[in-house]
Amino acid sequence: MHIVVCIKQVPDSAQIRVHPVTNTIMRQGVPTIINPYDLFALEEALRLKDRFGATVTVLTMGPPTAAESLRKALTFGADRAVLLTDRYFAGSDTLATSYALSMALKKVAEEFGKPEIVFTGKQTIDGDTAQVGPGIAKRLDYNQLTYIARIVETDTEAGTIKVERRAEGGLQVLETRLPVLVTMLEASNEMRRGSIENALIAARADVVTWNAAAVGIEDLTKCGLRGSPTIVKKVFAPTARTDKAEIVETEGKADAKAAALVEAIFAKAPAVEQELLEQAAHHYV
Amino acid sequence: MGEFSKPFDAIVVGAGPSGNAAAYTMAKEGLNVLQIERGEYAGSKNVQGAILYADALEKIIPEFRDEAPLERHVIEQRMWTMDDKSHTGMHYRSDDFNEEKPNRYTILRAQFDKWFSSKVKEAGALVLYETTVTELVKDLSGKVIGVRTDRQGAPIMANVVVLAEGVNGLVGQRSGLRNEVAPESVALAVKEMHFLPRETIEARFNLTGNEGVVIEAMGTITKGMTGTGFLYTNEESISVGIGCIVSDFAESDSSPNELLEAFKNHPSIKPLLEGSECKEYAAHLIPEGGYKAIPQLTGPGWIVVGDAGQFVNAVHREGSNLAMTTGRIAAETVVSLTRKREEMTAANLAEYEKRLGQTFVMKDLKKYKGIPDLLHKNKGNFFGTYPKLISQAMQTWFRVDGIDKVSKEKAIFRNFRETRTLWGMMGDAFRVVRAWR
Repeated sequence: MHIVVCIKQVPDSAQIRVHPVTNTIMRQGVPTIINPYDLFALEEALRLKDRFGATVTVLTMGPPTAAESLRKALTFGADRAVLLTDRYFAGSDTLATSYALSMALKKVAEEFGKPEIVFTGKQTIDGDTAQVGPGIAKRLDYNQLTYIARIVETDTEAGTIKVERRAEGGLQVLETRLPVLVTMLEASNEMRRGSIENALIAARADVVTWNAAAVGIEDLTKCGLRGSPTIVKKVFAPTARTDKAEIVETEGKADAKAAALVEAIFAKAPAVEQELLEQAAHHYV
Repeated sequence: MGEFSKPFDAIVVGAGPSGNAAAYTMAKEGLNVLQIERGEYAGSKNVQGAILYADALEKIIPEFRDEAPLERHVIEQRMWTMDDKSHTGMHYRSDDFNEEKPNRYTILRAQFDKWFSSKVKEAGALVLYETTVTELVKDLSGKVIGVRTDRQGAPIMANVVVLAEGVNGLVGQRSGLRNEVAPESVALAVKEMHFLPRETIEARFNLTGNEGVVIEAMGTITKGMTGTGFLYTNEESISVGIGCIVSDFAESDSSPNELLEAFKNHPSIKPLLEGSECKEYAAHLIPEGGYKAIPQLTGPGWIVVGDAGQFVNAVHREGSNLAMTTGRIAAETVVSLTRKREEMTAANLAEYEKRLGQTFVMKDLKKYKGIPDLLHKNKGNFFGTYPKLISQAMQTWFRVDGIDKVSKEKAIFRNFRETRTLWGMMGDAFRVVRAWR
């Protein structure tokens, strides 16, 4: 079995700075991490590797420095790392990204065997769109399972996979045929610590690096800024709340305190009092 | 596992300045080097003021100025003695420091160490991050032959282990090569990074372009403890911090962050930080025990460099240059033994100490070997009484209030004599001179 995990190198949101004038993320000098949701995808892939002896390839699109994240994925125990990098990819939105990645996945299939499962995280922490995974599935004509909390079972002989999907209002149990693209939810598993052997292999490994031409992209208008119909109209920081909390000093027993507190609230917000009185009238008539 | 069964020529524990200097030097000379760092990346766990002294790095990577992330080159040094409301300063500023190859730079360690680590990898060393060496592996004769890490798997073997593990020396301790660092021999320093636009920094400190200023301060800011405060200008930020000897903190009511808050709010410091935003808070130990606190540096299959060897000149606020120099010299020793196909025995590795003795590292530490003791025993005077007396003297001297100068001189002298007695002062002067020589 061959599994591909798509990961993204993102700025560490715990250490991020926003440019005071342009409101854009200042990426320079900010440490990068593997998108945290992708780690759940990677761990799930490694568990399948443990069980079925699968080969795990990690794939990313990004600047040359994204190789760091790939190498880190190897220390967890992935077998192969592929970096898709080209200046033509700069400024890609989700449409252009899923196109480029799907082309890379076709090349991965040619070179290293067709992946039965492609994993991604449910979304990235810097874009939050959750669109790239489904975009890849559609372009490769893979079945897609999104927001997966748990893989119940994988039957490699029958070519089926059964999962639990977190949906609004409950948990769905879904079964589908391979090949499939799975986007993993947070907290679906816990990332392992790679062995010293994994760490040594990762430090020595060569990252397979492809540009647009290498994965057979001929029409560059589908890539990067040119291939991205998304237009950012405006970026703004939400204005900070100006109203402050207030401490109401009260005395006496609990009920007296409560009454004083309610009175203080009504004094500040007569509209609230009015609304509550109307509701009360409606209920108790 | 086959390809890993061959032992490395050397394993370097730690990727700070000393470890990077050692790993780079050995890898560059063609040795098969493995470096193991516990942080997520080199520099993620490292804290320093930080000043980079060019000379030590230049001897390792001569063209470093072209690529290393440097902040500002230092053209002005301000030495302050402070009481609660004043500072008396000696400033040295020179256009000579605006030279083609500047002598000192301010740096941000997280960025600098990452760059240095990338050079180590370029030189051909294998670098593992997020991996902690837990202990050394020894053979039956007690010779160190490898390391064990916190990752699952077999120990990794090497002909020699370079311990560049930092001030605590935990691996050395756990492996029975050294004792715990004495609280009298180590300072605890805290610092903050304050962001300010570069134009503001330049206007506030009278700088143009990449010029930088360093302020080193002592006095009542450490509340009678042995220690110093500092403020360094970076490109778009200011590093401000304070540190004192750990055993002094243990006896004191003051916590490090209280000292830092008070230092930042000192009327001489506050306006320099006005309008800035604190973006980082860090704390670290600094080995300040000097020559007498240096542990055993070599043994069969092991060699100690950098902070782990107490290589800090506390008097001159130098450390990273001693770290890089000891790392380089240890590496050169290992390289020459490897080339000669000689064993990494205690006797052979002792060559490192011999070579070190001929450098500024040992000469300077030897020169100041009496200073830590002197300060420790007289901290009340050096970090309280004298700074106050100096401030009072300056104020008496400069305040124009109708009193004649002869009376002022007498008042100043009387103040010194009554507070510290003539004998006391002579004794202090004698002790300082003796420790300094």
